[in-house]
Amino acid sequence: MSAGYAVQLKGLRKSFGKTEIIRGADLAVAPGERVAIIGPNGAGKSTLFNLISGRFGPTSGEIWLNDQRIDGLRPFEIARLGLARSFQITNIFGRLSVFENLRCGVLWSLGYKYSFWKFLAGLTDANERAEALMHRIKLDRKRDTLAMNLTYAEQRALEIGITIAGGASVVLLDEPTAGMSKSETSRFIELIREVTVGKTLLTVEHDMGVVFGLADKIAVLVYGEVIAFDTPPAVRADARVQEAYLGSVLADQQAAQAGH
Amino acid sequence: MASTTASRFGALGPKDLVVWFAAAAVMVVAPLVFHSGLAVTMLSQIGIAIVACLSYNMLLGQGGMLSFGHAVYSGLGSYISIHALKAIGGGTLPIPVSLVPVVGGLAGMGFAVLLGFVTTKKSGTTFAMITLGISELVGAMAFMVPEFFGGEAGIAANRVVGKPVLGISFGPQIQVYYLIAVYTLLCTAGMYAFTRTPLGRMLNAVRDNPERVEFIGYNTQRVRYFSFIIAGFFAGVSGGMYALNFEIATGEVVGAFRSGLYLFFTFLGGATFFFGPIIGAILMVVAFVLMSEMTKAWLLYLGLVFLLMVIYAPGGIASLIMMNLRMAKHGRLGGLLVWYVALALTGVVMFFGAAALIEMIYHLQFDAGLGPTLNFLGLTLDVQSVASWLGAAVVAAVGAVLFELVRRRFAARWGDAQGDIEAAARAREMA
Repeated sequence: MSAGYAVQLKGLRKSFGKTEIIRGADLAVAPGERVAIIGPNGAGKSTLFNLISGRFGPTSGEIWLNDQRIDGLRPFEIARLGLARSFQITNIFGRLSVFENLRCGVLWSLGYKYSFWKFLAGLTDANERAEALMHRIKLDRKRDTLAMNLTYAEQRALEIGITIAGGASVVLLDEPTAGMSKSETSRFIELIREVTVGKTLLTVEHDMGVVFGLADKIAVLVYGEVIAFDTPPAVRADARVQEAYLGSVLADQQAAQAGH
Repeated sequence: MASTTASRFGALGPKDLVVWFAAAAVMVVAPLVFHSGLAVTMLSQIGIAIVACLSYNMLLGQGGMLSFGHAVYSGLGSYISIHALKAIGGGTLPIPVSLVPVVGGLAGMGFAVLLGFVTTKKSGTTFAMITLGISELVGAMAFMVPEFFGGEAGIAANRVVGKPVLGISFGPQIQVYYLIAVYTLLCTAGMYAFTRTPLGRMLNAVRDNPERVEFIGYNTQRVRYFSFIIAGFFAGVSGGMYALNFEIATGEVVGAFRSGLYLFFTFLGGATFFFGPIIGAILMVVAFVLMSEMTKAWLLYLGLVFLLMVIYAPGGIASLIMMNLRMAKHGRLGGLLVWYVALALTGVVMFFGAAALIEMIYHLQFDAGLGPTLNFLGLTLDVQSVASWLGAAVVAAVGAVLFELVRRRFAARWGDAQGDIEAAARAREMA
């Protein structure tokens, strides 16, 4: 049993050939917590997300989701258990409209499965949910635009929309603001905050402003291990973290702030 | 009728009903207008081809599955239907002849359940390879199991069996045509309805991005497999209609050539729109029945058309129509008409020269025994005279140069109009 955690990793390991990317990661995220996972390039942040969401199977160790063991399950099985993820590189349905993209994200969770004896037009609950979602991510004016014709920022918003469409309780966002400008980023963080209220949130993020703005807790991943997991001030003060990674970044940031 | 556009709530509006009633009316009236024996035969074949191509497009256009073996399902549907027809004649199968296409459909579905399980495990290139393998396998079986497939001669049956129902014996071709028309309309409606169901939409999602589909709760293999089975059913119905129409099934109906034709004409008609394959199916029958009468080189012309289509209009004829309708909607088609006339004129000159060359080469190869002269569109060409060759070559070359010049100007005009329309759309959005 994993006592009441939304997500728990126990001694998780993953090797690609001889290279071990994740080397015994442990993490326990309580329901409703917002966790930012940070770490230097190549620390294994994206790999960790791919393991949790079922894209890869772990070499050893356990992954628990809401007191259910999910390591070794396929992505769609994990999704059905209430975990959704977004992707660093925009991953949407290019030749479908914005509305259709969102409706696709909604269908399974409302139990429509593979049905071909019902018309989509008649699925009032699915249509209403997709419409509401479209307003929440502020793409209602682009309703019938094909996803491939959206701007980059709009595609990122749609990416988040598809992710949360199924009503998952645990949401993994892989660098949601990657490639966005400063002003877009701050607006986007506000949007993420709005649409993930009451959910357990894990994000991978490079932008420290985003990290400290969005997260209740920070997990520091270095060489495939979680070396610290605590509130932002505590992580900032952690000697190991400063030594391993954060020190240099914070020093840069403080220097930058002092310069203002 | 675009498979991917979202009308507001997608319900069947009055506009859709008009289209369906018009389609039904055309099917009823067509044989009254074109009442020669050849015309009714062609109309029957068009119905069969429409169902086959639409079912193929469930895979290609809607699911992104490039199948090289769709004739396996229509063809096995034909064989089972022929056997069913024989059983009806022998008194062992108590169903009316009019239900034979349904038997074909169930057969196509059954084989899709069986073979599709392996086929749809993978997508992309692997999928294409497996369909090719299965196509070869079944094609070879047709000659290895003569008890079922009838070997080289195939298996024949008689559709006029049992007592006529309401005076309908299915003896006259016109009665078969109307049966085919009913099935064609029902199948088309069924396949169109499929595009508006959860499975149909997820099939589009799997086409666009199979990876993401897995992360929103769907098993992509299941989506492909279930859709494949449904496509197999409709392919089988078309096979059943084929059996009723021709009263024979030969190894050719499951063969790779027929699978290739489905791919060829579905693509030509346009895989990105629901109605594209209907255009393709009509062209398929016209090409087979009329073009093959006109020239021995018809497959070569088809190949050229396909080549040009893949390069210049990968969305097929349907997308050309839709693009021009869009221009018309924004009032830009009028300015392009003069260019279309120029394109057509230069194109005809180019084609005239090239076709003369092709016909002369074919004449040398196949009809040399008939003498050195041939009749080409009312013109007498002599394969032994330099003037004929030179003349044809000059006409082809001049036509090609003029066509290319016009095409470049046209492309620029088209691009301008397109740009204006998009700029206007952006301006509206900002406002």
